[in-house]
Amino acid sequence: MPAANIQVSETPLVLYALRRADDALILGHRLSEWCGHAPMMEEDMALSNIALDLIGQARELYSYAAKAEGKDNDEDKLAYLRDVRQYRNLLLVEQPNGDFAQTLVRQFFYSAFADLYWRAMMTSRDATLAAIAAKSEKESAYHLRHASEWIIRLGDGTDESHQRAQAAIDHLWPFTGEMFAVDEGERALIHAGFAVDPGTLRGCWLTTLSDVVSEATLTLPQNDWMQQGGRAGRHSEHLGHLLSELQSMQRTFPGQTW
Amino acid sequence: MYTQALNTAETDDRGLEDASKAAQFQARIDAEERIEPNDWMPAAYRKTLTRQISQHAHSEIVGMLPEGNWITRAPSLRRKAALLAKVQDECGHGLYLYAAAETLGTSREDLVDAMLAGKAKYSSIFNYPTLTWADIGTIGWLVDGAAIMNQIPLCRCSYGPYARAMIRVCKEESFHQRQGYEIMLTLCRGSDEQKAMAQDALDRWWWPVLMMFGPPDAASQHSDISTKWKIKRFSNDELRQKFVDATAPQAQYLGLTIPDPGMTQDAEGHWRYSEIDWTEFKQVLAGNGPCNRDRMAARRKSHDEGAWVREAAAAYAAKRAQRQTAQAAE
Repeated sequence: MPAANIQVSETPLVLYALRRADDALILGHRLSEWCGHAPMMEEDMALSNIALDLIGQARELYSYAAKAEGKDNDEDKLAYLRDVRQYRNLLLVEQPNGDFAQTLVRQFFYSAFADLYWRAMMTSRDATLAAIAAKSEKESAYHLRHASEWIIRLGDGTDESHQRAQAAIDHLWPFTGEMFAVDEGERALIHAGFAVDPGTLRGCWLTTLSDVVSEATLTLPQNDWMQQGGRAGRHSEHLGHLLSELQSMQRTFPGQTW
Repeated sequence: MYTQALNTAETDDRGLEDASKAAQFQARIDAEERIEPNDWMPAAYRKTLTRQISQHAHSEIVGMLPEGNWITRAPSLRRKAALLAKVQDECGHGLYLYAAAETLGTSREDLVDAMLAGKAKYSSIFNYPTLTWADIGTIGWLVDGAAIMNQIPLCRCSYGPYARAMIRVCKEESFHQRQGYEIMLTLCRGSDEQKAMAQDALDRWWWPVLMMFGPPDAASQHSDISTKWKIKRFSNDELRQKFVDATAPQAQYLGLTIPDPGMTQDAEGHWRYSEIDWTEFKQVLAGNGPCNRDRMAARRKSHDEGAWVREAAAAYAAKRAQRQTAQAAE
């Protein structure tokens, strides 16, 4: 019998940790798909390294979500035994790797946000989230530097790389709005000083983007239409395939220790 | 990023070789001195080491593929992180080894091109498929275990950059080996299904791993001169025997059966294994292993699809250099 989905009591705090954990795991998983296949060995290492940071963040956040829930769940159950409708990550991070430009633009959009977000979260009244933030902020700063340098290289490199980078920006832009959205449960955590309002970070995020993109001789789209749904479990078709691979062992051999 | 200049470096000293230099060189080797990149060395020594170090580097890079095959399917987050870190280490070893090979005067690009063109070898073991999670444990336990057997003596290799690279590589490999064994231990202490998975992996990997040490001493092409130059300290058969002796009790502890019914322990305690099927080894070397074509296709695909990225990086670096020169002139 295949392993059944677990049920999670999504209190605002559990859901909050779960959403960030899912972001980190799914993006880390995507980056890990490059391992052994990158355009140069230095990038095999860099992308794996970033993936490892993100998987590490995911593990801490899942463990915290499990603790906050106070039931029988743990990091692996949360990662391996929820289906696509139970996943809470941003649509941005589940988008396929595409070419190297698409992977790096996705990383750039996310890291430019994560860097600001984790820095702000270091002052969270929740001691665990503040501690996770302190570690993640250091990592995100490096991820952002890595991605920014590549955006500039690709944008200001050859005609082909410029076109690919611009196409990736145009393609992924509609997935960025979700990073700044807040629902009622999160609003309460923000008021309580547990979480930061991501809307307050958007100005800085846009400045980072504009600086890098303009140095790269690229442009940000004017289109303001944004996709959303990931936070509520309404995903793109891509996530189901990712999960079927990620979860295959746990689903095939339920309840075993590895 | 790449040492382009090395492509054009004049390193051909064959015309200058003379008997007294060669004798001096051999005296240094005999005195256990390290040979460094700028030291005089016989052309054949340079060629032998370039071949060996680059094959070693290619093996690390191609070796990322069979294990990388399980990164996205690792059964827990802890295993996923550990496997990803491990495969990343292998890439680091590759880079480190290419750098060591470059000190002998051939660029990484040329070495990689030779591999992609099918002109350079990599370890035959990576031409076998990883079918189950137990293969990841088995590779760590046996493939990395065999690699360590080969590489520990290389820490004393006469060529300094290679010897130093090996010291670091061996530390990481030994960690990988323990990690692989721990995966096996977990499987063997698990369900019947998990134990069967572990046994099946051992059954499939055992003989190919023994072949990793290379042809039997009687048939090895490179051993004599490599021994004289202290690149090689033990023969293929000696290393193979050491490995079998170390591994047999580990298999017993796991409760797994080595797929060699004829294996016995002699009076001195050595585990004597049955005849190895060298026909299979030759077939795999000739390109007919189960995954040779897939491995080469995967490496070529990454290389080809990454060409525009490398071109962009080079173009940007050139533009930036030009701008800096222009600024300096102002």
